[in-house]
Amino acid sequence: MCLAIPAYVEELHDFDQATVEVGGVRSKISLAMIDDVKVGDYVIVHVGYAITKLNVKEAEESLALFRELAETIGASTDALHPRVS
Amino acid sequence: MRYIHGFRDGKAAGALAKLIKREARPDRRYHLMEFCGGHTHAVFRYGIPDLLPDNVEMVHGPGCPVCVLPVARLDMAIELAGREDVILASYGDMLRVPASRRNSLLKSRGQGKDVRVVQSTVEAVNIARDNPDKQVVMFAIGFETTTPQTALAIQQAEKMGLDNFSVFCNHVLTPSAIQSILDSPEVRDLGQVRVDGFLGPSHVSTIIGSEPYEFFAQEYQRPVVIAGFEPLDVMASIVMLIRQLNEGRAEVENQFKRGVQREGNAKAKALVAETLELRPEFAWRGLGTVPYSGLRIKSRFARFDAEKRFDLVEREVRENKACQCPAVIRGVKKPTDCEIFGTVCTPRNPIGSCMVSDEGACAAYYRYRRYAEAG
Repeated sequence: MCLAIPAYVEELHDFDQATVEVGGVRSKISLAMIDDVKVGDYVIVHVGYAITKLNVKEAEESLALFRELAETIGASTDALHPRVS
Repeated sequence: MRYIHGFRDGKAAGALAKLIKREARPDRRYHLMEFCGGHTHAVFRYGIPDLLPDNVEMVHGPGCPVCVLPVARLDMAIELAGREDVILASYGDMLRVPASRRNSLLKSRGQGKDVRVVQSTVEAVNIARDNPDKQVVMFAIGFETTTPQTALAIQQAEKMGLDNFSVFCNHVLTPSAIQSILDSPEVRDLGQVRVDGFLGPSHVSTIIGSEPYEFFAQEYQRPVVIAGFEPLDVMASIVMLIRQLNEGRAEVENQFKRGVQREGNAKAKALVAETLELRPEFAWRGLGTVPYSGLRIKSRFARFDAEKRFDLVEREVRENKACQCPAVIRGVKKPTDCEIFGTVCTPRNPIGSCMVSDEGACAAYYRYRRYAEAG
């Protein structure tokens, strides 16, 4: 229920509406809960509303940290095996 | 799927697993509660328990809004849906949840009642606009992530002058639930449930911020790490919790910096504060009555309150005796401790809410774990 996903803002419309894209799927969402969104931003979307902007700098920093960990600790195998129901 | 797949990298997960083993001291145990049902599913879907050493155990928390909604409140929604003049709008998760007398919203719909699944509160408002001769009620449930959308819908309905729209408000609060777990006799006195630290929910926290957790981190001396929902986020947060416990710290740390700030989303918080207020108490399934843990509609917006408009009354109900949902929600029992788990109670024929919801612990065990547990 509280799951939300990062979506790319493609187009802004009137009345705080926007078109966003996730994995090739486009949908119309509301930006009424956040300010200063531009085309090209990422927003986290939950039940049709953007609940926050994704801080791209922080996201990149986390990803860099994970890459560095993988290199320094040197895990060679893929540890995740997502199970599909 | 930028900023999703990167956080599911298997090699980094392998490295984090090694790091967790390195950091966890062999002479002690670590009981970490993931509050949120979304985390429970991430933990099982990616097989994280298999990557943890034996002395690091995940305890599943009550953060599944569908699971904690008491049957009595669902009965009230079904009563509403039964009225000839009402269209009930609901998030899809609620439809299959079993209510009293083997009812469910899905059954009501099968009996010809007008129950509609909506993806957002905007849709419910639009249904009201398009059906002026019907009463449209939004069955609003959820934690803080979902609450501002309800507040917005009420304000929108007021602006549009819609007098056929109302909200059946069942929103609940995360911090009160965590505090209620820490205050429960199972944790405090009986020692049945050990919780050394919490993985905090990240999406709830985009709204409320990390600040509300500071009180009980300090008061109850339990560290909290606000964790993202992807597997690497969960594992990195486990490392952060283990480090805090090793160093004797009980602080609020934020692993999900890409979405959460200490103060949260001010605009969303203001919307909620204008529209909704605390209930003196709210009954949770599993946790019982918790003071100041739920929200109701402020009197200024009373005409949009379905409980007032339709004179709804909460009636006492008897829970199915075999169903262990309440104990599972409190973390006292595992789904596999329940006699009807996987036999009578399955996702196809759910007896309890924990088996219905995509965030319920029983559904997570059934989907990802039943073969592993069976050995």
